Amino acid sequence: MAKQHVTATINGESAEFLCETQQTMLDVLRDVVGLTGSKEGCASGDCGACSILVDGRLVCACLMLGVEAEGTSITTIEGIAEGDHLHPIQQKFLEHAALQCGFCTPGLIVATKALLDENPNPTETEARYWLAGNLCRCTGYDKVIRAVMDAAAVMRGETV
Amino acid sequence: MNYINSDLKVVGTRPIRPDGVDKVTGRAVFAADTRASGMLWGKILRSPHAHARILSIDTSKAEALKGVHAVVTSKDFPEIASEEAFVGEGPMNFRDLSTNIMARGKALYEGHALAAVAAATPAIADEALALIEVKYEVLPHVIDVEDAMKDDAPVLHDDMFTAGVNPKPAKPSNIAKVVTFKKGDIDAGFAEAEVIFEGSYTTKPVHQAYIEPHACLATYNPDGQVTIHASSQGHFMIRAYTAKLLGIDMANIRVNPAEIGGGFGGKTLIYLEPVAVALSRKAGKSVKMQMTREDVFRGSGPTSGAAVTVKLGAKKDGTIVAAQQVLKFQAGAFAGSPIGPGCMCGFALYDIPNIDVLGYDVVSNRPKVAAYRAPGAPISSFAVECAVDDLARKLGMDPLVIREKNAAVNGTKTHYGPTHTNIGYTQVLEAAKAHPHWKSPVAEGHGRGLAAGFWFNIGGESSATVHINEDGTVMVATGSPDIGGSRASMGMMAAEVLGIPVSKVRATVADTASIGFTFLTGGSRVTFATGMAVTQATEKVVEQLKARAAQTWDIPVDAVEWKDGKAFPAGTNAGAFEPLDLAAIALKQGRTGGPINAEVSVNAQGAGAGFGAHICDVKVDKETGHVEIVRYTAIQDVGKAIHPSYVEGQIQGGAAQGIGWALSEEYIYNDKGQMENPGFLDYRCPVASDLPMIEAVLVEVPNPRHPFGARGVGEVPIIPPMAAISNAIKSAVGVRMEHLPMSPPKVRAAIDAAG
Repeated sequence: MAKQHVTATINGESAEFLCETQQTMLDVLRDVVGLTGSKEGCASGDCGACSILVDGRLVCACLMLGVEAEGTSITTIEGIAEGDHLHPIQQKFLEHAALQCGFCTPGLIVATKALLDENPNPTETEARYWLAGNLCRCTGYDKVIRAVMDAAAVMRGETV
Repeated sequence: MNYINSDLKVVGTRPIRPDGVDKVTGRAVFAADTRASGMLWGKILRSPHAHARILSIDTSKAEALKGVHAVVTSKDFPEIASEEAFVGEGPMNFRDLSTNIMARGKALYEGHALAAVAAATPAIADEALALIEVKYEVLPHVIDVEDAMKDDAPVLHDDMFTAGVNPKPAKPSNIAKVVTFKKGDIDAGFAEAEVIFEGSYTTKPVHQAYIEPHACLATYNPDGQVTIHASSQGHFMIRAYTAKLLGIDMANIRVNPAEIGGGFGGKTLIYLEPVAVALSRKAGKSVKMQMTREDVFRGSGPTSGAAVTVKLGAKKDGTIVAAQQVLKFQAGAFAGSPIGPGCMCGFALYDIPNIDVLGYDVVSNRPKVAAYRAPGAPISSFAVECAVDDLARKLGMDPLVIREKNAAVNGTKTHYGPTHTNIGYTQVLEAAKAHPHWKSPVAEGHGRGLAAGFWFNIGGESSATVHINEDGTVMVATGSPDIGGSRASMGMMAAEVLGIPVSKVRATVADTASIGFTFLTGGSRVTFATGMAVTQATEKVVEQLKARAAQTWDIPVDAVEWKDGKAFPAGTNAGAFEPLDLAAIALKQGRTGGPINAEVSVNAQGAGAGFGAHICDVKVDKETGHVEIVRYTAIQDVGKAIHPSYVEGQIQGGAAQGIGWALSEEYIYNDKGQMENPGFLDYRCPVASDLPMIEAVLVEVPNPRHPFGARGVGEVPIIPPMAAISNAIKSAVGVRMEHLPMSPPKVRAAIDAAG
């Protein structure tokens, strides 16, 4: 079957790509568009390493087809920072040492962005349940949760 | 030099890691993120059978498919003679490794690689795999370790005669090796005992479950030169195995260390690289390979499952006088379970006069095991720490007091030979006793458990270079893949020795062509051994900086002192010169003798052993059998925390993996010997909502053999959780869970059985 032409907005810029109908959005991002920040940990929607935002909604890119991106606005880890200015979530992940190997980190940061966009003042339990779809094998989540709570406070303007 | 009692300005602080921004922005390049022009995609065909003779493999249809550039089977790899090697973590037989990455004659487990293809796209590669025709003679298989030891068990290798028994057995079996360790007189010990406790325990194989599947990119050039980008715990390990398994000179292989997305021991051996190189050689193009998660579970090493018995004899006052342990470890399809450390670690925490340990290394039709964080110790200690807990209950003693009373101390001779020196177990137990968690009352309906763990930690071969840039900034390069923040700690140690801010030091990981040999990242060795190399290389650089200042001032070098990043005249007799800072000396290095740099290679000895104790509170839902971890505290002697955040992170992460091992992780097989849960939905690693905060308490008993007192920390924290949780469940609901995982159905059944 011929490749499909898809037009979408990726990280704020209009983008066009050709993809096979069976190609996942994750494969499209990594192999067609060239954005390798989203990771494949399972390709079955269980690890969250490929988390992206589609029209603001948190999605595992491995569970979405590339053709489904038509007309949508997509945010990947590459679109979280503003130029060379890190997003508070990214800054707090660094300050709290909330990463070790860093492989799950892009997904965790995108998922945290989705959480805080929806709920700027989550409890620790809410943060833990929201991030339950993002596996991290290195940290035991302790520093991740601290970074998320701290980033939330910064974004609410309570601390710096 | 030794900085243990020095006033430290950088070591012990918490700067942001040098590779941090790359990792929070998605820029970090992991192996699967690498690309080469015109590259192909390689994929592996795996056996659906647990045990089968391979009668034939017909690849002709796959080869004929448009877009397929190469197909390889075992015929494309040289036959390797049986040879023990110490390239990875623990002994490895080159022939076994060769047969593991590409089956020869028989498929020994479901997931065993049989053939590989390289094609223009992943979809074509998948299509080609489906066109490969394999004819099998399916053989009886065996999964469980005790079944595999039976006389009538299907035998995996007809040349496996149990090592370590005399005389050599008359017929082959699945028992690869028997090991024994003895101290004192075990019979006399039990005769003297007033109270005896015996227990039997089993553990399931668990996977390291790094989130990044194995991946590599390989290019074989027509001149025989090979370039590999690999995700591994040791790019020198990748080079050594690839060279050996393909018969290529090491000088013709350059391995670039990609960022590694977790390893925990599971990336201390190889699966893909020689296959990718063989495909590249045949296709004349670069080949990229990456495992699926299913491949990772079915085809790469979990750690052993095991059956363990423990017998303890004690005096009424709680003095343990005799200790016996029998351990049967699954090795997977090839010999080489961590039975040795398993036999050593359980009783290494105790000062017991009479010890007898017997261990079996047993093959069965499952993936070859790989190292997993303190290999063998968590299994051994699960059994011992549960048994000690029950012994304490029998004696009416506090579980911390019985451990204090019998704790290994400096001078305790272990049952496997060495005598403990410079250990901090006593201090760990003191810290546990003093901790608010231990002192707090246990909430109504909850239970509290305590367990401890020991790991040797290792040193070994490491190389480091330190270069002074023209502007006075500093490059540090090592051969140790950075798996959890080691670039930060290496840069910090160099900055401390130079007396400059860590922001002026850039630490990197150099490829196999750019730095001296470095053993892999494992055994909790990098901060210790590679840190030692970095410190010594930096000291050599400081000597050169002093010499350049001496030359500039025309005074003897011993009249120059280095402090706070500057050369000073040592005392008034040396002369009245304005201090020269690093930047000033660096700027003139071309005119004062040339570039200032140093490379140091060490074979570090004296890695201080590590001890930890974990306190765990659980709440058990009697209706569902679900165990909730309510509070968790992990106390550990870390020697000296170079970057405390990443030390805490090691402890928290290790504890979380132990909690998964305890409660939810296991390989589940059907009656055909096929794994039924090869994905993260059914192989259940802890997620954020499963865990509380994990408080890491750093006890610092300096290791005198390291310039800053560091000892390894990464492995100890996975050892105590399983027993700590079992002990907590016992306290909460009165049942002893001897079999892992302590999943809801099992806990519920145990509660029901106890009435």
